[in-house]
Amino acid sequence: MTAVQSNSASMFQGGFADPVFNAQLVFRQIMDALARPGRVAEFNGLANPPAPLSPTVASIAATLFDHDTNVWLDPALARNEQVAGWLTFNTSAPLTREPLDADFAILLDSGSLPLLESFSQGTQEYPDRSTTLILQIASLTGGRKLCLTGPGIRDVDNSAPNGLPDHFFDQWASNGLRFPRGVDVLLAAPDGVIGLPRTVKIALGES
Amino acid sequence: MTDAMDGAEGEAAPLSDVQPGRQEAMAIFARASGKELADAWGAWPDRPDVSPLRGPETGLVMVRGRIGGGGAPFNFGEATVTRATVKLSTGQVGHAHALGADTDKVRHAAIFDALWQDETSRSVVEEKLVGPIRARLEAEDARRRNETAATKVDFFTMVRGED
Amino acid sequence: MYVAVKGGEAAISNAHKLLADRRRGDRSVPAMHIEQIIEQLGLAVDRIMSEGSLYDRELAALAFKQARGDMIEAIFLLRAYRTTLPRFGYSNPIDTGAMLIERRISATYKDLPGGQLLGPTFDYTHRLLDPELMGSDAVEEPQTREGNDARTPRVSEILAHEGLIEDDGDLPDDHQTGDLTREPMEFPMTRDVRLQALSRADEGFLLALGYSTQRGFARSHPFAGEIRIGEVDIEIDVPELGFAVSLGRIRVTECQMINQFKGSAKSPPQFTRGYGLVFGQSERKAMAMSLVDRTLRATELGEDLTAPAQDEEFVISHSDNVQATGFVEHLKLPHYVDFQAELDLVRRMRAEYEQTHDGETPDDDGLEAAQ
Repeated sequence: MTAVQSNSASMFQGGFADPVFNAQLVFRQIMDALARPGRVAEFNGLANPPAPLSPTVASIAATLFDHDTNVWLDPALARNEQVAGWLTFNTSAPLTREPLDADFAILLDSGSLPLLESFSQGTQEYPDRSTTLILQIASLTGGRKLCLTGPGIRDVDNSAPNGLPDHFFDQWASNGLRFPRGVDVLLAAPDGVIGLPRTVKIALGES
Repeated sequence: MTDAMDGAEGEAAPLSDVQPGRQEAMAIFARASGKELADAWGAWPDRPDVSPLRGPETGLVMVRGRIGGGGAPFNFGEATVTRATVKLSTGQVGHAHALGADTDKVRHAAIFDALWQDETSRSVVEEKLVGPIRARLEAEDARRRNETAATKVDFFTMVRGED
Repeated sequence: MYVAVKGGEAAISNAHKLLADRRRGDRSVPAMHIEQIIEQLGLAVDRIMSEGSLYDRELAALAFKQARGDMIEAIFLLRAYRTTLPRFGYSNPIDTGAMLIERRISATYKDLPGGQLLGPTFDYTHRLLDPELMGSDAVEEPQTREGNDARTPRVSEILAHEGLIEDDGDLPDDHQTGDLTREPMEFPMTRDVRLQALSRADEGFLLALGYSTQRGFARSHPFAGEIRIGEVDIEIDVPELGFAVSLGRIRVTECQMINQFKGSAKSPPQFTRGYGLVFGQSERKAMAMSLVDRTLRATELGEDLTAPAQDEEFVISHSDNVQATGFVEHLKLPHYVDFQAELDLVRRMRAEYEQTHDGETPDDDGLEAAQ
């Protein structure tokens, strides 16, 4: 149990003001983001968590996490008592130290992104039991041009999210080879969310 | 629950001195009637403003038993539980949880938990609320125990045969 | 196969209105309050909570009223409602030794510490209908006698002596408590998940299975070691507080069945145990549950599998009355196309049959002649 003794109000404040409708809106946006990879889904200002957690990531957390989802935080975030306390109070999700046990993972520092295969990949019978990674990045634009193809994309999508480390792309290729197993990724920036379901293929450069 | 954070903080944080008293007060609020708490809040002088931080919301707690009474845990069924967290204009944050779906009762309980934490109002909460409700509950428990005790079997042995 | 068929909206709507009317019945008779059901039909409420697997007296009473007293329908309503609520967490395991006892008996130890407390039991009544209940409502206050609030140890704590009775059931330290409301059922099950299924199982089904074991289908030589009914405190750990808070109390019934066991290749001769724990006051179900818990341990204890009550998949898969009623009652839904297809098939088979039998009419005489 997270023994959060200090009765600091910042841990308890900043949840959804209108839990049902806010969560419905964010859920719809996330669903669209995963159904149409590369397209930016927007929502902002709904949740107001302690820094360095962004409102976008906090909104995703408040929407998708609950008592039955194990959540892994990157080591820097896990040391932040305010953030851990906020997530626990506002989502009831148990925190785990084992990436393999995680239903969701939040990573702020994409530079120290662990190997994707260190997270739960799901099983052949239940591929849905893999980890969904939420990467907090600087911006959904202004980065390297990418060429996304796959289900949900008519021809090709040229997103350019800013803040993904180079090794991510090799790892993503291996992730695709594990299909139907493999992780899904949500790129969360202040300007919105891009979904990268495991079915999407990423090539560097513009098509 | 997965214990990710305990290790990060070293051993479990020491419980503060007031925690047992607060825990006891919260247990009393959980068993209080909605009316007892509503009346007490209605009669409270200089009521601070209350803003909700979470809930009141009703959900489920899975109740656990133990195999054979004392063995490994198992889940044996759920119970409805309502919880609330409020913040007073005086700064205190209060939490409450109780069986059932009475949202007003639990919101009031959270307010009184917040008031209990304020040293100036704690004694009033104890005196006007916790004390009387505890006395009522204890009297009810005693009455039920005594009613059950009246159905206790007193065995006596019949002597058979000659000396 | 299912094919959508439209129509019947007006009929359905009117059927609902008629249901509401019949539920209300004669308007000159006062309508029932939920409080009356809770207070005066408490054991019905308990059964709905137990099999609905949701402890909430008000909701169970409402379900009972809404279902016109149909238990399984009421249980179904409660199960449906619970799916709309978020899960806050798991309680700490309850301590039945700290129960506020309302009834406690043992058939194996006359003088057990804490004594035999009969409580509000139907036992020793003469099962004669009481005409007084037709009208009058004046009831005497119960007798009292000085009781005490000492912890009442479970009989299993008292009689661990000589090692002749097995301990409370343990599971490996690294075992994660299973939860069939969260994970699909898989066989074979661990005992924790089995007990969860049995605790929400249909009372009649468990009773029949328990009875079958007494009649010789997997005889388990049971004694009611202890039955206790009363209220226990529920606590939950609250992360934001860093300590456990009490949520209040619930009433449960616990049964410790003790079974003489002659031993097997796996286990020495000893007394083994079956366990029952259910919501509310329901000792019949707790007893039946503990009988079935014990017979379902046949494989663990190295017994021969000879009877239905020992067949885990059979028992657990058919113990849930909401599942059972769903599948049985779905037969009344339109199967028009299904049936047409079957009709065609039977017609074809009949035609073939008649051809091979030279057009004989397959009446009784004809069939006999053919034989």
